[in-house]
Amino acid sequence: MKLRLLALVIASTLVAAACGSDDTASIDGTTITVLTHDSFAVSDSVLAEFTAQTGVVVELLSSGDAGTMVSHAIVTSGNPLGDVMFGIDNTFLQRGLDADLFEPYTATGLGTVVPGLDLDPDHRVTPIDFGDVCVNYWVDAAPDFTATTLEDLTNPILADQLVVESPEASSPGLAFLLATIAGTDDWEQYWEDLVANGVSVTSGWEDAYYGEFIAGGGDRSYVVSYASSPAAEVIFADPPVDAAPTRVLLDSCFRQIEFAGIMRGTESPQAAQAFIDFMLTPTFQEDIPGNMFVFPAVVDTVLPPEFVEFAQLSDNPHILDPAEIEANRNEWVDRWVEIVHG
Amino acid sequence: MKSATSTVARVATVVVPAVFLSLFFVFPAATVVATGLGADGIGALGDLAGSSRQRNILWFTVWQAAISTALTVLVAFPAASLVARLPERRRRLVRAMVTVPFVLPTVVVAGAFEGLFQRLGLDSGTIRLRHTVWAILLAHVFFNYAVVVRTVGSFWAGLDSRLEDQARVLGATRWRTFREVTLPRLRPAVWSASAIVFLFSFTSFGIVLILGGPHRATLETEIYRYAVTRTNLTTAAALATVQLVAVSAMVVMTTRLERRRGVVTRSPRRPAGTIPGRWIAANVTVAAVLLAAPIATLLERSLANNGGYGFDHYRALGHRVRQLPAPATTALWNSLVFAVVATAIAVLIGGLASLVVVHGRHGLARIFDLGLTLPLGTSAVTIGFGILIALDQPPVDLRTSWWIIPIAHALVGTAFVVRTMVPVLRSIDPHLREAAAVLGAPPGRVRREIDLPIGLRGLVVGAGFAFAVSLGEFGATSFLPRRPENLTAPIALFRLLSTPGDLLRGQAMALAVVLMVMVASAVLLIESFRGGSEGSL
Repeated sequence: MKLRLLALVIASTLVAAACGSDDTASIDGTTITVLTHDSFAVSDSVLAEFTAQTGVVVELLSSGDAGTMVSHAIVTSGNPLGDVMFGIDNTFLQRGLDADLFEPYTATGLGTVVPGLDLDPDHRVTPIDFGDVCVNYWVDAAPDFTATTLEDLTNPILADQLVVESPEASSPGLAFLLATIAGTDDWEQYWEDLVANGVSVTSGWEDAYYGEFIAGGGDRSYVVSYASSPAAEVIFADPPVDAAPTRVLLDSCFRQIEFAGIMRGTESPQAAQAFIDFMLTPTFQEDIPGNMFVFPAVVDTVLPPEFVEFAQLSDNPHILDPAEIEANRNEWVDRWVEIVHG
Repeated sequence: MKSATSTVARVATVVVPAVFLSLFFVFPAATVVATGLGADGIGALGDLAGSSRQRNILWFTVWQAAISTALTVLVAFPAASLVARLPERRRRLVRAMVTVPFVLPTVVVAGAFEGLFQRLGLDSGTIRLRHTVWAILLAHVFFNYAVVVRTVGSFWAGLDSRLEDQARVLGATRWRTFREVTLPRLRPAVWSASAIVFLFSFTSFGIVLILGGPHRATLETEIYRYAVTRTNLTTAAALATVQLVAVSAMVVMTTRLERRRGVVTRSPRRPAGTIPGRWIAANVTVAAVLLAAPIATLLERSLANNGGYGFDHYRALGHRVRQLPAPATTALWNSLVFAVVATAIAVLIGGLASLVVVHGRHGLARIFDLGLTLPLGTSAVTIGFGILIALDQPPVDLRTSWWIIPIAHALVGTAFVVRTMVPVLRSIDPHLREAAAVLGAPPGRVRREIDLPIGLRGLVVGAGFAFAVSLGEFGATSFLPRRPENLTAPIALFRLLSTPGDLLRGQAMALAVVLMVMVASAVLLIESFRGGSEGSL
């Protein structure tokens, strides 16, 4: 009896060991492709460390913006271009889920993520980073009156001071529209007031920030940009400056969360899972802010000093349920077009 | 033996372009159209036809392209005449310089124009340019100026001036000689250039959105809106079908107008027919200001740093900033390699196809003519999605291949080569070829000694365009999936402009200046290949 028990223990240990080694052996030497958008950036050393740990080589494949990436994934659904998608955000998330793009996987570090970021109860996607889209203002130029709420932007003192991007063509533009939908009692009236107050609309962020905002030589002192933009104004200042020339209107922020998911149809699910786990480790998380100007999703990740000093995050960002966004987005945008462009 | 090789050559002349066109354009585009005409697609097409918004968009797309084309021809025609009159070396320099706008990013040009408008007081009040159709038209003239100057100018330089001399001897005025003798003979080149400008304006994306303002829509921006912003792929495919049909109709029309035989035989010492010098001078001055303003703005911004001026932004190009997966210099190198490969493909395919268009059997010639020009007027979304959906199985799973970028660039480049080469080949005096044949020259030799040297004139002009288009291409490259290390310079530039900070902006401007220098010198180099050929007849 004792002997049989011993044999069983030995056998099961062997089996377990075999399985264990089999596990690493099966992903060692595989190559996975991570689909992403053009704003994605990661230090080479970080990917090299993942390869050293797991033996898995990571190749990246990027295209346009998050919208382009998701539409590519939808037309190639079932025969995916890669194994993992990184960078689908909460404004596009439901579209990806509806198209059944992802395989569920509960990441090892999911418990360490900032509460409120994990939006998919089925764990088809894992939150990796987040950031706010907010109205920025030029500190010196702002008239005596500085806006502190969304409503303040409709104040006639700030007439002809705000420039926003169109939600039809721009992701910060859409995020700001969503912020006004979540953050005002009557968003349609709010936009009518903004129009009456001389809001200017551009097609993209570049045209707003560098074309009409003071930073690029324009004459408007309020612009829809990111919560991290003031930090970038310091890091990439020329000549160097001690303080950011811009600040964030914290009441105007919409929270964008970026997720990663395993593509349905991948031939390397285990390696893909290992990469999702890796994205929640300190090595990857600490690399995020300096490269992509967004905040790491894992609680208490060490931030670069410029971030600590100049980047602001809203305590009460506006946010909407991805399903609600997907269900209403076209209608909202159409209504917005009617109000703004007549 | 000899006839065997010439048969092989003749078959290859047809088969190589046909395979390229079918695989990389017809098959992908047809797959997208099939989606558009599928069960839901017919309904979507019906909805489009019934929607007054969509009808307005189609109408706007057509008329803005038509007006852009007319304006570009008017503005650039005198400059083309000037280019034709210049001595060969200076002509080559001007022809290289005018290609510079092809690599300038729309955002930067828009910013420079707006600076100019402000200085001229055109940004507000009764005469307002910002976010108007006028801004779109102006930008189209700016970007397409080179098409007319190079295509018409080069053709013009090859026109024999003896007909004009005879007209003048017979007492015709200079104006009448120009109108009745020179202009009709220039027509093939003018139509050819017009077709290119029309298609470029028909599918322009950034200019419409940035300069025209966010509420302005064309077929091209609508396709993008439905495909990407709304992920309504059925409607996007239906719109893509409408675009393909409209562009086909347009190409068939202009190629018919272009198909007139001018007569060019040998290289004249001085070009035929001239426009009064004072008119040219005035026109060229205006055009030079228009072309130079954005370039001067760029130069100034690329040098401005640390409160003064210096080359720091240029030095910074060698170091990777966090926004880019590689240093900007790597992006420049990648762009150069892509442009060389794309140009090589375009020259091979376009050169062979032009021979078929001009000398091939009637039906085949028509199909080649239409098929190889169509990509110029086809949305980047159609081509991009088409490749993703159609070329997704081995042996041609090209979706993630390095080649997909130069091939996409070459599709546009080939159209340029065909459109610049065909009018030149057609203009060869048939008597010249007949005479050679009668004197016993085999077809191969006629081709080598008559068609080739004269055709080379069109070929190098087309090759220069193919290079410039590839070097500056943003839309399709950005849309296609690619490895980050294959970063191109226009994409790097756009990335640099996507984060606030004067250091990044300065570096973007420096990158644009390097691109301008690269395109001008490369086109100069390409066009020097025909240096000897003009005197060889």
